[in-house]
Amino acid sequence: MLHALVAQLPILQVIVPLIAAPFCVLLGGGNRSWAWAFVVSLVTFAISVSLFLTVLDGTVISYELGGWAPPIGIEYRVDVLNAFVLMIVSGVGALTMLYAHRSVAHEIDASHQGLFYTALVLCMTGLLGVTITGDAFNVFVFLEISSLSTYALVASGADRDRRALPAAYNYLIMGTIGATFFVIGLGLLLMTTGTLNMADLAHQLVQNGDSRTLRMGFAFIVVGIGLKLAMFPLHLWLPNAYTYAPSAVSAFVSATSTKVAVYMMMRFLFTVFGFSIPFEVDVMHYIVLPLALVGIVAGSVVAIFQDNLKRLLAYSSIAQIGYMLVGITFLSHDGLMASIIHLFNHAVAKATLFMVAGAYVMQAGTSSISKLHGVGRDMPYTTAAFLVGGFSLIGVPLTVGFISKWYLVQAAIAEGWWPIAGLIVGSSLLAFAYIWRFVEVAYMQPTPEGVTRKEAPLTMLVPMWIFAGLSLYFGINASLTSEAASRAASGLIAASSLIWQ
Amino acid sequence: MRTGNLDNILNLIAGHYNYWMVIILMMIGLYITISRGNLVKKIVGLNIFQSSVFMFYISMGKVSGGTAPILTDNPHEVYSNPLPHVLILTAIVVGISTTALALALTVRIREAYGTIEEDDILELDRDTEPKREASEDEAAN
Repeated sequence: MLHALVAQLPILQVIVPLIAAPFCVLLGGGNRSWAWAFVVSLVTFAISVSLFLTVLDGTVISYELGGWAPPIGIEYRVDVLNAFVLMIVSGVGALTMLYAHRSVAHEIDASHQGLFYTALVLCMTGLLGVTITGDAFNVFVFLEISSLSTYALVASGADRDRRALPAAYNYLIMGTIGATFFVIGLGLLLMTTGTLNMADLAHQLVQNGDSRTLRMGFAFIVVGIGLKLAMFPLHLWLPNAYTYAPSAVSAFVSATSTKVAVYMMMRFLFTVFGFSIPFEVDVMHYIVLPLALVGIVAGSVVAIFQDNLKRLLAYSSIAQIGYMLVGITFLSHDGLMASIIHLFNHAVAKATLFMVAGAYVMQAGTSSISKLHGVGRDMPYTTAAFLVGGFSLIGVPLTVGFISKWYLVQAAIAEGWWPIAGLIVGSSLLAFAYIWRFVEVAYMQPTPEGVTRKEAPLTMLVPMWIFAGLSLYFGINASLTSEAASRAASGLIAASSLIWQ
Repeated sequence: MRTGNLDNILNLIAGHYNYWMVIILMMIGLYITISRGNLVKKIVGLNIFQSSVFMFYISMGKVSGGTAPILTDNPHEVYSNPLPHVLILTAIVVGISTTALALALTVRIREAYGTIEEDDILELDRDTEPKREASEDEAAN
């Protein structure tokens, strides 16, 4: 019985939250729908942990949906890389649920809460589906499940601030254009190969060689995913969406959805396209790399001048995504490894930081930095978590951010790209500037007269500090993340047709 | 020689007729989505853009002289490739959900702002910004 269940884990990973989501509506607002969503997210997390432990030694689970063998049927394929991402998504999901209890009660009308939790669980389902599937069209379907629920989640911020509505609308328009570009790319690939299974696609693309259709497909898919992951000039939807979304949503979406898009990018670039033609390498080096570098600098500089803490964090996300893309464009084992560790680092750090911002929204009624003078004394635990998350973003030693930046700089030096290594280190100073700006206000400035701010409740502090603790723990003991990232990177490199001297 | 060139060009146009139409529709849709300030018109543009992709998939699966892909007794029956058609059925469902959500958002925006013109919304947000923050101040005090 148990054995039979274990064999079905890949599909259970997606189907459990998918089926559980509508029950949140039936259970109504308040504690019941929250409790249900929380239990579901815990079960989902347990499933992804057991999947991760199964594949950590290098085995690859291939699950045939409905018993139809690939390439005809849909295949779910779990290797170290996507098991790692699954664990991040469901882990962040579970902790955000815990956090959401008080935060959502504060920010969302009671009558909307059932719907809110439905959308949140559905969003998680979509992200898990994108990550686990080995079928290219299936990626699109799950991508849209997660995107559509994210638009609804962002719009639910309208209970507090009506600007959430245009933000959600713009996100919808740009997200849909991105997803449609992705589908056009898939169509072009389907034309050249006649298959949609990723492994089969990779095999056929290598055999078919170069063609204009393949190049077009590559371009459409890179731009489509680029829109979803907020690659520099395609990032315009992100700041408003993250700023006006409810705090729990900002924390969940910033920590997972762009990370899943980065995963998609890696999966398509290395496993599907595999750099079998020089064109793909050129696009990486001459288009994606410069854009990623511009994104790092521009995102960080704009972040320095933001007054709203959530908007500051949103711009910092654009910069952090740049680092992940830079790691990918090195097309080397070390670069990918740095990129994967940074993916983990950013998920953990941004979840902490947005949770802190949400705690300020709840207890101080604002996330505007100019109104948070002296908040570090009133809310010491919350603000200390901000410090840890912020240091991890900067890359201060003893945080996981240091580990990822270290590998990234090493990878840049290994390529002989000294200016890029310098830029990575230099841009950390920009990160220091925007993080310190808030720290200075929070700790050094006097508290204004007559303002009382209570410490955040325990259900918000616990998830915040679990994330902060993870940043510290994996900054000191980097073996687990490095090993998983290293194996995942080797898997990607081995699947591609890059030749390594 | 000259007529040969002309033939080539005509072949390029006629032989890829469906793709030309797809590209034209796609560009019209994208242009509307980007250039219009009216939120409903943007959705219309998005729909045209998506429809062009549907047509791209559907025409891609067509095999000349092929019939509908239905199992018959004749093993030599030529039939169109059903896979792109099935895929696009899914994409149409996604497109409808997107449109529905976008329209719902437009309704909410109309309720909150009293307008569905992008410029007016930006203007309103700019106007209310200081006022809103002031009221937040009062709430904090």
